[in-house]
Amino acid sequence: MYLADRSAPRGSTSAPDRVRGTVRAVSPTVLALGTVSLVTDVSTEMVTAVLPLYLVVGLGLSPLGFGVLDGVQNGVSALVQLTGGHLADRVRDHKLVAGIGYGLSALCKPLLLVPHLGALGAALALDRTGKGLRTAPRDALISLSAPPEHQGRAFGVHRAMDTTGALLGPIVAFLVLGAAAGGYDAVFAVSGCVAALGVLVLVLFVPSGKKSAGGGGKAAEVPAAGAPREEGTDLRAAFGLLRSRRLRALFGCAVLLGLTTVSDAFLYLLVQRRTGIDEQLFPLLPLGTAAVFLLLALPAGRLADRVGRRAVFLAGHAGLLLAYALLLWAPATPALPYLVLVLHGLFYAATDGVLPAAVAAVVPERLRASGIALVGTGQALARFCCSLAFGAAWAAWGDGPALAAAAAGLACCAAAAGVALRPARPARPARLTGDPR
Amino acid sequence: MTLTPLRRLLILAAGVLLLAGVGTWSVLSAAGRAAEDDRPRPGGPAFTSGRIALDEPGRLVFRNTAAGPHRDRLVSVPADAPAGATRTTSDVSCLRFHAAAGTGVCLQATTLLGRPSYRAVILDERLGTLRTYPLAGIPSRARVSPSGRLAAWTVFVKGESYGTAFFSTRTAILDTRGWRLSPNLEEFTVVLDGRPYRNRDVNFWGVTFAADDDTFYATLSTRDQTHLVRGSLRARTVTALTRNVECPSLSPDGTRVAYKKRVLGTAALWREHVLDLRTMKSTPLAERRSVDDQAVWLDDATLAYALPADTGARTDDVWTVPADGSGSPRLLLKSALAPPAPAAGHAG
Repeated sequence: MYLADRSAPRGSTSAPDRVRGTVRAVSPTVLALGTVSLVTDVSTEMVTAVLPLYLVVGLGLSPLGFGVLDGVQNGVSALVQLTGGHLADRVRDHKLVAGIGYGLSALCKPLLLVPHLGALGAALALDRTGKGLRTAPRDALISLSAPPEHQGRAFGVHRAMDTTGALLGPIVAFLVLGAAAGGYDAVFAVSGCVAALGVLVLVLFVPSGKKSAGGGGKAAEVPAAGAPREEGTDLRAAFGLLRSRRLRALFGCAVLLGLTTVSDAFLYLLVQRRTGIDEQLFPLLPLGTAAVFLLLALPAGRLADRVGRRAVFLAGHAGLLLAYALLLWAPATPALPYLVLVLHGLFYAATDGVLPAAVAAVVPERLRASGIALVGTGQALARFCCSLAFGAAWAAWGDGPALAAAAAGLACCAAAAGVALRPARPARPARLTGDPR
Repeated sequence: MTLTPLRRLLILAAGVLLLAGVGTWSVLSAAGRAAEDDRPRPGGPAFTSGRIALDEPGRLVFRNTAAGPHRDRLVSVPADAPAGATRTTSDVSCLRFHAAAGTGVCLQATTLLGRPSYRAVILDERLGTLRTYPLAGIPSRARVSPSGRLAAWTVFVKGESYGTAFFSTRTAILDTRGWRLSPNLEEFTVVLDGRPYRNRDVNFWGVTFAADDDTFYATLSTRDQTHLVRGSLRARTVTALTRNVECPSLSPDGTRVAYKKRVLGTAALWREHVLDLRTMKSTPLAERRSVDDQAVWLDDATLAYALPADTGARTDDVWTVPADGSGSPRLLLKSALAPPAPAAGHAG
């Protein structure tokens, strides 16, 4: 977080003062959830980093011996997210549902130790299910623990911590493999321990989110048994959210923009093809995006609180559009891959936390997780469709025309989003634009 | 019970200690096993240091997988009595290796910024490095043409699929005369069912070369089907010949292709077959176990391939079987990957 704060745009106070200020302004709940995400991401990325090596060198997998589980799982994960969000609102305990999600991902790690492809597939499926379950209640907890004018900052801090974990994971994995050559079982065991630690931190330090709380501590009480359930948390109410014009606008924009967001895998492949960088460096490309995301997540969140989420969200997509344009038309200079990765990281920093912050501002507290899940699921499914369509377009027309089509689509969708997300009436300041100060 | 901040911290500390203990124990025991792996085992092959030449007649050169300090090194044994022979060791380590006519291709693992990284090394007849090429992923198959002029390799590339967790293959062919590299067979024109074919899900692996230094055979996979393709390096085309063929290996006389055929749907079970290219008739071989290897022809009548050893993990044994479907499998080498055919001379 200190790292992230260093690149905060302005302020006359000294760096340590600003850091202290930020820490005080961010609730303990957000810091605790950030820690849980950081630790859990270390665990997940450890496994992701060594899995190909383990499959090929450890299990002796032949070319393409393993099925194409992945596409289906992405779809399932999105639907599980909807379930997780709805459940969390229904039982009025976001922490419980998030905890089950984190717990599933921790519990499936020992399954990886079974040297069988079926067990491995089951472990990965459980991990995705856990991720799907926990995402919406976790984001709801973050939004419920921060005052409206600091939502962007809260999500920024969380996303920065989350990405830190993702960057640390592979390093831990290869430290273990360095200490024990071929010790994939040790990598999985350590990953399981790290994941369990994440669950422990969640259980001990994250309040249940039963009530809204600016601070955090007072929301920690256990819900009274048999407490009367408030009306309007059922499925109909959840989908009824879409009757709200402002949520519908956000949902529509998330889907539209998701449909034109080329998946990371394709983008890195395009970078590699267009810039002709060394094939050996290909696996390092996601690191570039993650590093920029980490550095800019908090500044982007704070900026969103100050100048409005709509502006930052649209600027993020403008960055992505610029990255597409560079890949399409810029000459292959040595700086090109760096520029594209910086823009790609900027896109994530300006949108990944800002979108749930915007959703939180237009959804009532009792349906907070459902609302976040609804938009998240719409976005995930749209991106999945984009992947399929982009793959087909690539096959039919080649990479350049496919990207040009995606860029044209993104430009149109971003323009439409700019109109749809306009503040409702000038007289009543829309929440989405943040509270002007 | 209410949890005071102090109690929470105490529980956290206890949890951290416990989990750190479990983690440390698992790393230490794995490190212990790795150290055990580096110690020579009783009953394993004997080693001597010496000179290995890829063009020395009558010797088999291969990757040794016996536990001990020479694991993964290239070693050589006499081709006529390989079983109990003392192995002459080199200091070259390879994950995959193939050689012909004094040219070797060795796919190696290194590290870059703390992450695994891979490269292909072209070796001369004394195992000296001629050229090095970075690889985009984990090595899978390697082949050299009978003349020693062309080399091919296949690697797994993560992050090329529509999703993110799984991976596709990439196959490259190198012409060592002029060092021209065709980095990706997927750029070649594909003819399938008599028509030009394009699809993003096209993958190639397992190249095997004919004697003319232009024709090659390989596996093409698309839409959950594998095909045997015949390609021309000069024309940059590949043409599909038949289905359900993986990891082809062309006989020295160029008339037959040994390959693994998937049985039982999508399960990882293969039977080794030989396809006669003139009649397109397939013959199953006497090996009944599942072979997951690109077999090599030791001569026009004998195939060699690796199978996982029952003695330990991460170790293969090399077996041979007659190429006409007769006879029965015989153990050729313990703790080894299948060797390329011995250099011409008095082949064993």
